[in-house]
Amino acid sequence: MKTQEKIEYKATSNACKLCSPLGASFVFRGIERSIPLLHGSQGCSTYIRRYLISHFNEPVDIACSNFTEETAVFGGGANLKLAVENIIKQYNPKLIGIATTCLSETIGEDVPMILKGYNKKNFDENFPEIVSVSTPSFSGTHIDGFHSAVRAVVDSIAVKKKISAKQINIFPGMLSPADLRHLKEIVSDFSTDYVMLPDYSDTFAGPLWTEYQEIPEGGTKLKKIASMGDAVASIEFGRILAEEESAGKMLESRFNVPCHSLGLPIGINETDAFLKALETITGKPVPEKYIQERGRLIDSYADGHKYVFEARAVVYGEEDLVTGLASFLSEIGIIPIICASGGESGLLRQKILDIIPDAEKIGIKIIEGADFVEINEEAKKIDPDFFIGNSKGYRIAREMKKPLIRVGFPIHDRLGGARIVHVGYRGAQQLFDIISNTIIATRQDTSPVGYTYM
Amino acid sequence: MEALSRKRIDEEKVSLDSDEFMDPETLKLEILSKYPPKVARKKAKQIIVNRKETEEKYPEIQANVRTVPGIISQRGCCYAGCKGVVMGPTRDIINLTHGPIGCGFYSWLTRRNQTDPSTTPDGHNFMNYCFSTDMEEREIIFGGEKKLRAAIQEAYDIFKPKMISVFATCPVGLIGDDVHAVTREMEEKLGITIFGFSCEGYKGVSQSAGHHVANNGLFQHVIGLDNTVKEGDYKVNLLGEYNIGGDAFEIERVLNKCGIKLISTFSGNSSVDFFANSHTADLNLIMCHRSINYVAEMMEKKYGIPWFKINFLSAGGMSRSLRKIAEYYGEQKLIDRVEEVIAEEMPAVKKAQAEVRPRLEGKLAMMFVGGSRAHHYQEMFREMGMIPFCAGYEFAHRDDYEGRQVLPNLKVDADSRNIQELEIEKDPERYNPRISAEEFEALERNNIKLRDYEGMMTDMPSGTIVIDDISQYETESLLKTYKPAVFCAGIKEKYTVQKHGIPMKQLHSYDNGGPYAAYRGAINFYHEIDRMVNSKVWDHIKAPWEKSPELAARYTYQS
Repeated sequence: MKTQEKIEYKATSNACKLCSPLGASFVFRGIERSIPLLHGSQGCSTYIRRYLISHFNEPVDIACSNFTEETAVFGGGANLKLAVENIIKQYNPKLIGIATTCLSETIGEDVPMILKGYNKKNFDENFPEIVSVSTPSFSGTHIDGFHSAVRAVVDSIAVKKKISAKQINIFPGMLSPADLRHLKEIVSDFSTDYVMLPDYSDTFAGPLWTEYQEIPEGGTKLKKIASMGDAVASIEFGRILAEEESAGKMLESRFNVPCHSLGLPIGINETDAFLKALETITGKPVPEKYIQERGRLIDSYADGHKYVFEARAVVYGEEDLVTGLASFLSEIGIIPIICASGGESGLLRQKILDIIPDAEKIGIKIIEGADFVEINEEAKKIDPDFFIGNSKGYRIAREMKKPLIRVGFPIHDRLGGARIVHVGYRGAQQLFDIISNTIIATRQDTSPVGYTYM
Repeated sequence: MEALSRKRIDEEKVSLDSDEFMDPETLKLEILSKYPPKVARKKAKQIIVNRKETEEKYPEIQANVRTVPGIISQRGCCYAGCKGVVMGPTRDIINLTHGPIGCGFYSWLTRRNQTDPSTTPDGHNFMNYCFSTDMEEREIIFGGEKKLRAAIQEAYDIFKPKMISVFATCPVGLIGDDVHAVTREMEEKLGITIFGFSCEGYKGVSQSAGHHVANNGLFQHVIGLDNTVKEGDYKVNLLGEYNIGGDAFEIERVLNKCGIKLISTFSGNSSVDFFANSHTADLNLIMCHRSINYVAEMMEKKYGIPWFKINFLSAGGMSRSLRKIAEYYGEQKLIDRVEEVIAEEMPAVKKAQAEVRPRLEGKLAMMFVGGSRAHHYQEMFREMGMIPFCAGYEFAHRDDYEGRQVLPNLKVDADSRNIQELEIEKDPERYNPRISAEEFEALERNNIKLRDYEGMMTDMPSGTIVIDDISQYETESLLKTYKPAVFCAGIKEKYTVQKHGIPMKQLHSYDNGGPYAAYRGAINFYHEIDRMVNSKVWDHIKAPWEKSPELAARYTYQS
């Protein structure tokens, strides 16, 4: 917490962050037969469902303990137990992931305590695992809720059975379902077994149903999570996360599973680091397929760099996403002239400087704890070429008549948010093409002639 | 029962194969069997097979009761109803959320309300903004009033708005921040209208509580601030129309054409200036009965403005409502003008109906939405030859289902008692009954029912299904059993329905479409439903190598 004396209060106008139970819901949806349960008012689950649904274009069930005024005064224990019971009866889940809200945190609900006396005795069989995580929305942002939930799941489920599982743990962070699929493909291509947590690549992006699915199929298997303590190594993405008490580090200190903390593999440099780490861990060479992919990507950089270099981009989103995008943009010659995030880890500046040491000389503006009004003010001074980030930046981009390239979360004014590939050489290729073509299209549209030849 | 329902359905010219069409009562039992006994007992009162028991009486439904924890409902919270629904569409008031960031963010321009700032001289429009005090841990511990004061000051300094309102979220009530004291103090300091709403999310059982809180706030702090009497005849307010997808614009077009003067809409395409002046109107027209009937009742008591229910969705509803307004005023000039307008508008509507009807005739539609929309849209579907077979509300009360005659006998439970009922008295200067008791009776005799809403169930044929606060699981059962041609609800149900290969229309935010109100809106809607129901995408669900869906399912299972 910050110091008490002389607080300069500032309202947040058009926030560049969401609340932490949303992040936890993301994670719990990415585990096999799991239902997230928010301990709070039904508005929380409804709002969060709506946000996830409108981004992923998929059904998302999130249960709630439905606080009423009476519950808020006398405590939510009875409601929580009733919710757990009803979820078991209706969904027969393997895991119920309970996340608190600002309501239950304010009245000081102790979820583990409530559930302590409540055990399998009441149920003959099929009593699910229950994991709870504290996610008050007055503390941190959605990404903190995400990482806390991953940590809570690992904390309560992962054990060491002392059998070498010959597998790698992957903690991908808050990426798109298409990203998760691509990461799994890469790791599989090293002929290595892995556990990815969370894995919502199917649960947030599934085909039409031939049969009704109470809980969408897919997600990290609980058995696999239990085996995480036996892995040969963990790979955890996020340069900001690397500084925090993460799930990967927990496994390292508890079970001696070495943790490789890497940046989100966006662009060539960070993807190279990822593949290098896989090579080191598995002792196997990078598969030819990726050497080819990398080669094609570099070839396209060679062909296209002249159209994009020194273009200036406003980048915003979660701190780790911003860091990853800044790394990618700077390697293709685009200046991430504003790097902004609603996150307040206090680390963003340093992480950007690690990647772009002369950032300040170039005039890159790094805004921590930003809202869109602040981003707007800075952007107006700079006159950037484009914006890159989620749908919430649309208003500024529109006002400034600049293109917005949609990445990250939430994307609720376009289709396909779940299908964007940000990571790997493949993701870099797609982003590079979209960005280059956007810049070229803008030049074409504003040209008095409108050449159809480059 | 079964025979009765078949008969009704025959009347609606539907041919449903008698072996395949499951009796609604059987389905109800099937649904209930999946719930724990206690939940099943409660749910049994919320799932009703609609039938007229006697000429006057319809079955009773349980509504506006708490959702059972763990049963995934589509309902929102008190804050959502207050800030998101009622206050959200007003362009020139600064709506400041006092709380952690989530609530403000999630209610930030997600309802597709449209507005036209050019009709107010200052051109203020803050709807693109989301203002929040963004409370953090230190405010939860030490109190957030200081931060709230600073935020109000900041909003005032930057935007110089005419009005600011503050919305309390869950933690605010619990830590004891007094939004009313802070707003009173800031109102005095800044000299503009500033007021607060105690709309903490845990109040009431759904967003409906928030509608009531918003109605109270508007009535206490805004309505009646400006006594200027505007020029024009037949001055009306339109209550409970939120201008989703431009509905209010199309309604305004038709009203203007008829020479009916709209003073204020609550709250689609609205300005606080219009609210402030709305007590000078002659008549209140109610669209969404659930969200706004409180304002109508309070305005009648304080200012003497009568109200009645209208429905501007569907061409038939629009014409009927216009005629009702004309008959209320009883002036030949208006009656004639309304008939002229209807005669001008209807040929295009009829043409569109004739075009889509052959492709839609007899197909089933289901709608679970809102506190009034599930009723309003039924006529629209009937105009296309479709059958609104199942319907229900998310947050309505019994009067919205069964009609206002149930009001005197409604039990007020603890959750509703928490929402303040304002004591209203006649305004000493401004009370002016627009019609006399004799005129009121004459209108009633003439079948112009004032202060009345007959509810949705009385408008639905026997044998149809009505479900209150439908759960995800009940939705699935309906889809599986009846395979409707189209299912209408909101974003939360949208993709579940589409996963089954069934077209889904959002009636909250219109899937980027609209307007659907009045005549041109109805034409839009007919075409859109026609395109959705008859879209070719559904032909591709089965791949050519799939012999039968069972085989495909087995294959998935085996792998």
